[in-house]
Amino acid sequence: MSEKEHTCGCDNALYQELNAFIASVPRTRDSLIPVLHKAQALFGYLPVDLQEYIAKALDVPASEVYGVVTFYTYFTMQPRGRHTINVCLGTACYVRGAKQVVEAFSELLGIKIGETTPDRRFTLTAQRCFGACGLAPAVMINQDVHGRVNPKKVAELLEQYK
Amino acid sequence: MTVNLTIDNQPVTVPKGTTILNAARSIGIKIPTLCHMEGVVSPGSCRVCLVEVEGARTLLPSCIAQVGEGMIVHVNSKTARTARRTSVELILANHPLDCNNCSRNNNCELQTIASDMGITASRFPRLVQEHPLDLSTSGLTRDMSKCILCRRCVTACQNIQQVGVLAAQKRGFATIIGGGAKANLAETTCVQCGQCAAVCPVGAITEKDAIADVWAALDDPKKHVVVHTAPAIRAALGECFGMPAGSRVTGKMVTALRRLGFDKVFDTNFAADLTIMEEGFELIKRLTDAVRDKKAVALPQFTSCCPGWINFAETFYPKSLPYLSSCKSPMQMEGPLIKTWYAQKAGIDPKDIVVVSVMPCTAKKHEANRPEMVDSGFKDTDYVLTTRELGKMVTAAGIDFVNLPDGRADELAGESTGAADIFANSGGVMEAALRTAYEVITGRELPFPSLHVASIQGLDGIKEAAFKLDGCKPEFSFLEGVTVKVLVAHGLGNAHKVCKKLEAGDLAEYQFVEIMTCPGGCIGGGGQPRMTDDNVRRARIAAIYSEDESRTLRKSHENPEIKRIYAEFLGEPLGHKSHHLLHTTYTPRQ
Repeated sequence: MSEKEHTCGCDNALYQELNAFIASVPRTRDSLIPVLHKAQALFGYLPVDLQEYIAKALDVPASEVYGVVTFYTYFTMQPRGRHTINVCLGTACYVRGAKQVVEAFSELLGIKIGETTPDRRFTLTAQRCFGACGLAPAVMINQDVHGRVNPKKVAELLEQYK
Repeated sequence: MTVNLTIDNQPVTVPKGTTILNAARSIGIKIPTLCHMEGVVSPGSCRVCLVEVEGARTLLPSCIAQVGEGMIVHVNSKTARTARRTSVELILANHPLDCNNCSRNNNCELQTIASDMGITASRFPRLVQEHPLDLSTSGLTRDMSKCILCRRCVTACQNIQQVGVLAAQKRGFATIIGGGAKANLAETTCVQCGQCAAVCPVGAITEKDAIADVWAALDDPKKHVVVHTAPAIRAALGECFGMPAGSRVTGKMVTALRRLGFDKVFDTNFAADLTIMEEGFELIKRLTDAVRDKKAVALPQFTSCCPGWINFAETFYPKSLPYLSSCKSPMQMEGPLIKTWYAQKAGIDPKDIVVVSVMPCTAKKHEANRPEMVDSGFKDTDYVLTTRELGKMVTAAGIDFVNLPDGRADELAGESTGAADIFANSGGVMEAALRTAYEVITGRELPFPSLHVASIQGLDGIKEAAFKLDGCKPEFSFLEGVTVKVLVAHGLGNAHKVCKKLEAGDLAEYQFVEIMTCPGGCIGGGGQPRMTDDNVRRARIAAIYSEDESRTLRKSHENPEIKRIYAEFLGEPLGHKSHHLLHTTYTPRQ
């Protein structure tokens, strides 16, 4: 497999850095988790073709690499967007309409919770209470907390994040 | 070094390093197991073998925990019994309970253990995972709804075969055994060997069932249904009816097949003898080209009887393909000959003939469905049954197998020699080929006691033999003094090692290499009665060699039906007709 076939839209330089890291560790299955950590740090996520690349490089079955990636919640196979929208679905937010807020984000962006828009601008996530009940329904975008969000405000909110 | 301990108040002395499980077994205490397989490291995942060890912080899985000096073990304490029972109850809470509709009904390790423990009701709420059936391959069916996550199949696929398709994915309650990101088996590098199915304790992995198709053919008065049975079946079929491993049931098998309603009962052994003629002469031709004519020839020649090995070579070592004999497997020689030679002799239109083969193998189902296997002008093999499936059909027909009289295979494609019998064992194809090739080259019998090449027999993973050719016939004088070196490997983990040597150019001094996918060869095939231990393999191997030794004719070229088919139909080995019907080509695949 050539590096070119595995650019996944990313820079070849990332592969070069990954290769350098792989070259610095023993070519055994013991190196799998450190290599996955490095790859996720470089690429932001671990798509299947990157997993297959690592499997070949370490001579570990691809099914086992996939097994490790899906075992640890730290590893993700979803690309992350530049901005992460985190809608609170805790009790207070929920009773004040957080579900409709999530649905509005979802509809506007065309993605479900846990997914990323094809242009990698946004990743939509949801969480139980993040302790801003007084602002319910609350939404965090990156590190910014937005309070009293309602479905009508969603489009305007997104405009602030390019 | 030995260790003394007490198990359920019985003193026991065992070698250091013995597991508590085996120490208990040695004094007749049976501890249930589900994930354990003899001879490989247990994953310890099922928790069905827990025992109480005084002074230990927790209960220990006896399949992993080793004995210690002075250890006091309780298998039959309330704590241990309850823990084991709870483990089984938890597995059952997450397992479909439609046992009557399962292919493993009355032959299921989980069912047996639950019954032994006297479990009649579940204390836990049921939480069954629904997964779609994987019917994507010709050989295997995977129903992950029934999987108990014991990981035996993972051990078989990753550690023994080193094909690396199956692994545990996800975690906790969502855990599933699968082929990684690939949704179904057909998209993976699975070679269909079926070792996963052979070790599955429940009905999660089984062969793709052909029983209904075969009954339909038998019930169709317009069809002339012909069956033939692989060498390994006769040493294992009896186990389906409670006979001990290693029972030779050749004659009963023939009678049972007639009673099932097959119109002709042939023997794949006939085609095994034919394979030796074709493959032996192919080897002699390659040697002639290389030694006498100094041509660039792919040597060593590799055997090609094993469909799992073919899939493996095509997938993982495409560069090895020129080294593979072009001979089809015996099954795929027998099929087209039945639809041409036999059809002609019997005056039957081949379109009305249904060829059923009984194989110890799941990859054979894949092989029969290869698009190129239509050289008779029809599908050369219509249906493949595993040994287990034939056992089920015999049972369903109400045939008292154990007490059947012996029968004899039908003429034309049913006669065989001892050389064909030993195809079932690792090292057997090689020995059979040497019996004929040596005699063709020197005019004398293979100079070993009882015609056996002892160093390539048995269960060692990679085996070798070497001997010098002398006194060659004049036409083979160029081989005078040549040392013949042969290599035999079984289990795909060992095949990996051999193929890596081939790629590195380290096999140049060898002339012939035999590879069998399954540990032990076909006697340990993925379609054989299930077993997880080498003693069963050894018993079957011994049965096959005694079958061979019981014969008057033990060399393929002495088979009168082989002589006849060359005289009346095929002409000569490697001739035009042979080339068309008995040889094939291989395709690299990703």
